[in-house]
Amino acid sequence: MAAVTVEDLVKTFRVAERQPGTLGALRGVVRRRHRTVHALEGVSFELQPGELVGYIGPNGAGKSTTVKILSGILVPDSGRCEVLGRIPWRERVANARDIGVVFGQRTQLWWDLPVVESFELLRDIYAVPHERFRAARAELVELLDIGPLMDTPVRQLSLGQRMRCDLVASLLHSPKMLYLDEPTIGLDAVSKLAVREFIRRLNRERGVTIILTTHDMDDIEALCSRVIVIGSGRILSDGPLEALRARVTTERRLIVDLADGAGPFESVGAEVVMREGARVHLRFDPARVSAPELIARITNGNAIRDLIVENPPIEEVIARLYGEADR
Amino acid sequence: MVETLHLYCRYIGVSVRGQMQYRASFVLMSIGQLFATGMEFLGIWALFYRFGSLVGWSLPEIALFYGMIHCAFAFADGFGRGFDVFPSMVKSGDFDRLLVRPRSTVFQVAARDLQLMRVGRLAQGLLVLLWAVGALGITWTVPLVGLLLAAIAGAACFFVGLFVLQATLSFWTIETLEICNTLTYGGVETAEFPLSIYRTWFRWFFTLVVPLACANYYPGLAILGRPDPCGAPAFISWLAPLCGPLFLGASMLVWRAGVRHYTSTGS
Amino acid sequence: MRGYASFLAARMRVLLQYRAAALAGFGTQLFWGLIRVMIFEAFYRSSTAAQPMTMDEVRSYIWLGQAMLILVMWGPDTDLRDMIRTGGVAYELLRPLDVYWVWFTRCLAQRTIPLLFRAVPMFLVAGLFLGLQAPPSPGSAVAWLGATLAAILMSAAFATLISLSLLWTISGEGMCRILPVVCWVLSGLIVPLPLYPDWAQHVIMALPFRGLADTPFRLYIGHIPASESVPAIAHQLVWTSAMVVIGRLMLARGLRRVVVQGG
Repeated sequence: MAAVTVEDLVKTFRVAERQPGTLGALRGVVRRRHRTVHALEGVSFELQPGELVGYIGPNGAGKSTTVKILSGILVPDSGRCEVLGRIPWRERVANARDIGVVFGQRTQLWWDLPVVESFELLRDIYAVPHERFRAARAELVELLDIGPLMDTPVRQLSLGQRMRCDLVASLLHSPKMLYLDEPTIGLDAVSKLAVREFIRRLNRERGVTIILTTHDMDDIEALCSRVIVIGSGRILSDGPLEALRARVTTERRLIVDLADGAGPFESVGAEVVMREGARVHLRFDPARVSAPELIARITNGNAIRDLIVENPPIEEVIARLYGEADR
Repeated sequence: MVETLHLYCRYIGVSVRGQMQYRASFVLMSIGQLFATGMEFLGIWALFYRFGSLVGWSLPEIALFYGMIHCAFAFADGFGRGFDVFPSMVKSGDFDRLLVRPRSTVFQVAARDLQLMRVGRLAQGLLVLLWAVGALGITWTVPLVGLLLAAIAGAACFFVGLFVLQATLSFWTIETLEICNTLTYGGVETAEFPLSIYRTWFRWFFTLVVPLACANYYPGLAILGRPDPCGAPAFISWLAPLCGPLFLGASMLVWRAGVRHYTSTGS
Repeated sequence: MRGYASFLAARMRVLLQYRAAALAGFGTQLFWGLIRVMIFEAFYRSSTAAQPMTMDEVRSYIWLGQAMLILVMWGPDTDLRDMIRTGGVAYELLRPLDVYWVWFTRCLAQRTIPLLFRAVPMFLVAGLFLGLQAPPSPGSAVAWLGATLAAILMSAAFATLISLSLLWTISGEGMCRILPVVCWVLSGLIVPLPLYPDWAQHVIMALPFRGLADTPFRLYIGHIPASESVPAIAHQLVWTSAMVVIGRLMLARGLRRVVVQGG
């Protein structure tokens, strides 16, 4: 049975518009103007238990709206939605017991309390049996290495430390479903790696189904075998990362480090994307000129120090996909 | 049920410990509140000094009403503070965090904060009440004492109900509506005096529309052993303390409607 | 100068956006005024003895109080409090402006704009429906305006003092809670000052607080005749100057304290 089933979700909002200037403000006193935002226009997808899915899209695409509906905070206008066999907004409390949510910017811990006390309070809120809580906490604390932080008030933690504590907090009641909203935002490189590794292990070893919402493409490339792209309230792409890349473009990149001055590249059948001193980035279509052939053509006319063949950066792929959606 | 109570105590413990961290500030603020609220009574005393009586009511009788309503409000204000700051929670989106937890939203909001500082108002309310009791020379029977305590408890429920309604409004509008402050703080001011001194339409409003009269006026009449100058039957005094909890129950239903509205329109 | 104008315009726009709050605040004040009027009516019904003020005078006094309420309502300036708490107050010293007058002007601005917003509708409604009477003579009206201007200055000076107290106690809660209440009582907003016991009148009249409300109100209703306005307004101005002087002293000592602590 699927862990999450979403079918044709539709959600619109009415937003009050603030009119600019003093005259507008005066007019706004008498009559408010409203604008309709179509947040979701028929979103459908299915998740099997134990999947780790990246959920990406530009700002305002409908990511948070979807996650809110899945966690039971929001009621859609129409469409079907089932999480672990329940309708989230109908059975809010029961659903809440089986899910964990981490919001990147806001912590769920109590600001003035030491971390350990926040955990204990959460234990009571989620009514976790003492033994199970102790075991879960011990394991999580070790995995994310927050042992030394336990007695520190949350307000004194750095962003990276806080995020790790938030992750532990969201898992103390051993939920089957985890929603991560921008978990690595603002973190230093070391913390990012720790968080990523943790998420990977969580999914692989414990089988927790995870929906990861993020703008960080490195997160996606590192963690997600499957990516769902949403734009303007519609699903633009749903499938393996490679398929996403291939769908937008088959082109590849060649980065060349020249030994001496750059020769002309027009005749080699590739397009120059960027020059950084002796390094040149080229874009080419393998269907028209294969990689080996392109390399041969380049080395023919120039002295090469080094070269790499790679896929276009995922940001560009996504950006093009968004661009397509706007069209 | 027991488990919920235990959780409530935990929450309160957190809040209290947080406030105790700033002990000096707490003491100062409590004393400050004692003076701030006590000044009201000073004004009343000054007016009695000049006028002698208030349409047949004496200062100790006024003091009884005053003490009752201030004690009740101090309890309500102390325990219901979570609802007071609720609008900012909605604005910042922190309410979503509550919705994701497997507990009733009312419970989570109510348990968030216990304002110890309100003990300042409670202290001056008690002082005035005790002075009134001393000055009035009432023969205290068990039912009368029970009525006094029930009235204060009921009035506290009434005010918490107003707080809940006030918080519920923030589901519909971002703007903080002061009209609720009018009813709470204004209500306290109004109930310091027996409702019979006010104009007729005012009295009707605070008996039927907003049951403030049941908070301290009717019970107070029975305690003082005075018939209602406006002619209400005596038994109402004994039923009045029930009004508060009923009002609170009704406001919780409105809260639920508010949560439903929030989840269907987002924020 | 233009800076101040655009600052004021921006504040006005913010105020306009909270339309419901503005209306409801007005409603609250109507309510309070009504209660007070009814209470006093009841008291006046209870005694036939002659009183220092008539019920009509009391009624006008109360509505004036509601119109001018903001002059007596102080909380610490939250921006200043945060600035002091985070240590940003050090930046104030770097500016080529006299710090005291900058803070004073802030308090002044925070009072004048909302005052106009609240006073005008209150005068209209209370004057037309609720028994607020016009001044008995042009002289009284002029005297009242002068006293009101002085009251605004005094209110700003007081508010500056309260904000300055934050330089000592970071929470500032003690002074900020007690002083406004004392002022509330002694300015006439709970009970019109002449109605307090006779033996207290000397002290009450000597203290500065009456200048915030009692003096302008009684000039308005003619209880203090226009011919006696000069000493009354002088009383206000003398106390205001005293508070300015104290404020400047406090600021000098207080800033030194903050800077020394490395804030």
